[in-house]
Amino acid sequence: MSAPAANCPNCGAPVTFRWSSAVQTTCEFCHSILVRTDVNLEKVGEVSDLPPDASPIQIGTEGIYQNKAFVVIGRIIYEYEQGYWNEWHLVYNDSTNGWLSDAQLEYDLSWQIAPPEPVPASAYKGMKCQWNNKSFEVSSITNAHYKGVQGELPFQYWDKSDVLFADLRTTDGDFATIDYTEHPPLLFLGRPVEFDDLHFKNLRLFEGWS
Amino acid sequence: MASSIVTPPVVKPKSLNCPGCGAAVEIRGFAHTLNVVCPNCLSVLDATTPEIEILQKFQRKERIQPKIPLGTRGKLGNVAYQVIGFQRREVDSGGDIFCWDEYLLFNPYYGFRYLTEYQGHWNYVRVLSALPVELPALGKPSVEFQGRRYRHFDSLQARTNYILGEFPWQIRVGDSVDDRDFVSPPYMLSAETTSGELTWSFAEYTPGSQIWAAFQLPGSPPATSGIFANQPSPYEGKPGSAWRTWLWLTVALVAIALIFSMTSSNKEVFQNTYLFTPGSKTDASFVTPTFELTGRTSNVEIALRTDLNNNWAYFNFALINEDTGQDFDFGREVSYYRDSDGSEGSPKDSAIIPRVPAGKYYLRVEPEMESRTFQSMSYELTIRRDVPTQFFFWIAGLLLLIPPIFISVRAAGFEAARWRESDYASSTSSGGGGDDD
Repeated sequence: MSAPAANCPNCGAPVTFRWSSAVQTTCEFCHSILVRTDVNLEKVGEVSDLPPDASPIQIGTEGIYQNKAFVVIGRIIYEYEQGYWNEWHLVYNDSTNGWLSDAQLEYDLSWQIAPPEPVPASAYKGMKCQWNNKSFEVSSITNAHYKGVQGELPFQYWDKSDVLFADLRTTDGDFATIDYTEHPPLLFLGRPVEFDDLHFKNLRLFEGWS
Repeated sequence: MASSIVTPPVVKPKSLNCPGCGAAVEIRGFAHTLNVVCPNCLSVLDATTPEIEILQKFQRKERIQPKIPLGTRGKLGNVAYQVIGFQRREVDSGGDIFCWDEYLLFNPYYGFRYLTEYQGHWNYVRVLSALPVELPALGKPSVEFQGRRYRHFDSLQARTNYILGEFPWQIRVGDSVDDRDFVSPPYMLSAETTSGELTWSFAEYTPGSQIWAAFQLPGSPPATSGIFANQPSPYEGKPGSAWRTWLWLTVALVAIALIFSMTSSNKEVFQNTYLFTPGSKTDASFVTPTFELTGRTSNVEIALRTDLNNNWAYFNFALINEDTGQDFDFGREVSYYRDSDGSEGSPKDSAIIPRVPAGKYYLRVEPEMESRTFQSMSYELTIRRDVPTQFFFWIAGLLLLIPPIFISVRAAGFEAARWRESDYASSTSSGGGGDDD
């Protein structure tokens, strides 16, 4: 794994990247949000305290999904009406990236894809879409905002606050998410996974549960 | 690892003190817990804020003791879960209140599961991310999920009337949800709607004894009462297999009957024609010449063909073994009447004596007629050895019908009892066949 090293422009601590395509990371010592430019790292903000969180996953957690090993390198915490959820940023051993969401310990894996057809400019509940020969139905429209970021991310997310997601479901469990924060909107495809399917290592420990 | 500063190595459970009464309140669900109920004063607390705001106080004369105490751990499907929350829900069905209990189970890695209990019937429940397909309704609505068809059972409004422990969502006593249940025993799909959000969950009927074993609870589970919506029928699949068994046995029976009829010798051993005149002074009885019955112990048929017309006759018979004196006595009545309206009886008759050993026999014959008629009767007497009979096979065939009919009736009765508790109770036999396969 490539690990280009640099120093935090704020506190001087070493900053390493596990994924060469990462655009943004956080300094684990001073919690500065750092954006990678062509030449160096630039501090663009500071992470506020992360909300209390009981996800068993952490930066550095490793796993294997369908014989592909991954490591968790970053995270976005979203807050919405009914609480929080985590989008963990994964890098696979073939250098591709993806996401693992943990919403009250319901786990989903997803990947950003280039939309085979233009994604509708707006979404409403019950709207039907067809991608990769699969029909999706919008089951909810979620207004969320960033509650915190951590580690390496593929985009600069530090300056965004509110996001609008359309969640689409299918009859076999596969789902899609349209992220309306960007223009054109981003499309993610994913599927629910069982905890045991991911063969985790280096998880957090919980007192009384070992 | 690099993240050790942000995330401590071991997450510790927190506890707080109830701002209402000061009692210590244990939190088992870590940061997942949003609301927790003070076990002492039944205040619903916001566990996420440092001030521990009281969200609701509910009073009950009677404290409910969950059948599985909060904090109990048990292994379900090889994963340990801890009971961290409890709610009693009720439904008002035309003035009758029905209550059931829901237990919230937690594992910090595997997440949340539920157990529900109604009158000793337990279900193990998890939330679904896939969407069941609602099928076009022709009569009873149904949904399809993973190739299985679930039939609508009931729609109800469930109201929370008691809560204990902690929940990863906002909860208050008095909350209500709209719920639709679809069954395909032992599974049930439930669609819960709260403020526009639809959540599907998947339940599997689980015997109380399994729950007791999983959570190592003392004593035995409460006995079940009635039949639950997705309780598997003890007759599941049995009518089908009983009818399949019936079919094979019947085929075998027909084959045996055919073999019997093909292998029976059906040999005529005696035939003669006689004339009988009633009222004659001579003794009407006579014996036939001796004839030989050969082969295996088998039946003997005595057949009569008379020329009776608007008249009757009675015959006393005795088949007598010449060597042993063993006799088979019986009587036959032959009558035949006809007029413009039709006819009654038959001038012919035949009787079968079963299980007659081989040997030399003769037949004693004693005809009787009403003596006033002065009408004589001519009759032909034929004796046949080892004739094919279907009578016993018909009896056996009828007896074979009893088990499948019995099982089918019981199975239909079980389904009828199940559906009596549904929204389709008024149409008595709406359950129909339980076989979905």
